[in-house]
Amino acid sequence: MNERITLKYDVHCDDFTRAGEASSSVKRKLKLMGVNPDVIRKVAIALYEGEINMVIHSYGGTIEVIISPSVIEMILRDTGPGIKDIELAMQAGYSTAPDNIRSLGFGAGMGLPNIKKYTDDLKIESEMGIGTTLRMLVYIPLEE
Amino acid sequence: MTLENFINIFDELELVNKGEELDREVTKPYCCDLLSIAMSKMPQGAAWVTVMANVNTLAVASLTDAACIILAEGCNFDEASLEKAKEKGITILRSHMPVFECALMIYKKLNG
Repeated sequence: MNERITLKYDVHCDDFTRAGEASSSVKRKLKLMGVNPDVIRKVAIALYEGEINMVIHSYGGTIEVIISPSVIEMILRDTGPGIKDIELAMQAGYSTAPDNIRSLGFGAGMGLPNIKKYTDDLKIESEMGIGTTLRMLVYIPLEE
Repeated sequence: MTLENFINIFDELELVNKGEELDREVTKPYCCDLLSIAMSKMPQGAAWVTVMANVNTLAVASLTDAACIILAEGCNFDEASLEKAKEKGITILRSHMPVFECALMIYKKLNG
């Protein structure tokens, strides 16, 4: 695997039946490419949490995944209300999700903390009333 | 224990959907209904015992490489979710047992 591969997905707000499709698709592709299973797991978890966040909180957006030999870069861009206090949103247990989201098994305030835990680098840019962009990196360790 | 054996060994569990990769290993039972926690903590190859039966349960099972989903307390997926499970090749079983008793039964069989 020497070339860079870019994958793009649309994410729609409130569409829980399709949430996870981007993460599943990326996971499948990485598996076919023979990427290290630990890397795949990190990417799948971080991407799914990000995707769910977009479905719950944003008005929709795009996911771009750039796979190169040493790193997987994921850029999640949404239009939406933005994150008021990023530091607070990063705290485990802090959530602004409504009750109907909680009844689906989400909204525990674990999304961003999980993303942080499973990525090697995370940058969040957010502007109130405009939207949020997450850039996450997961490094692929050299095979021994 | 392989997933194929796992499906056959429990009279107490009703098979709802026979998925793919039946030769894979079932490692241990795992219990959690909160999907974000399940997402980050579920061991690979888990027999995931839960009462959370919606389409997101399937996504989490698939992304974390769970071996199968076991719905406890008589819970069941709706038709649309079942279709999705078939499409994704996810094995689903169900039981009327409570979550703990179901997981304990599985634990004993896997470690017995």
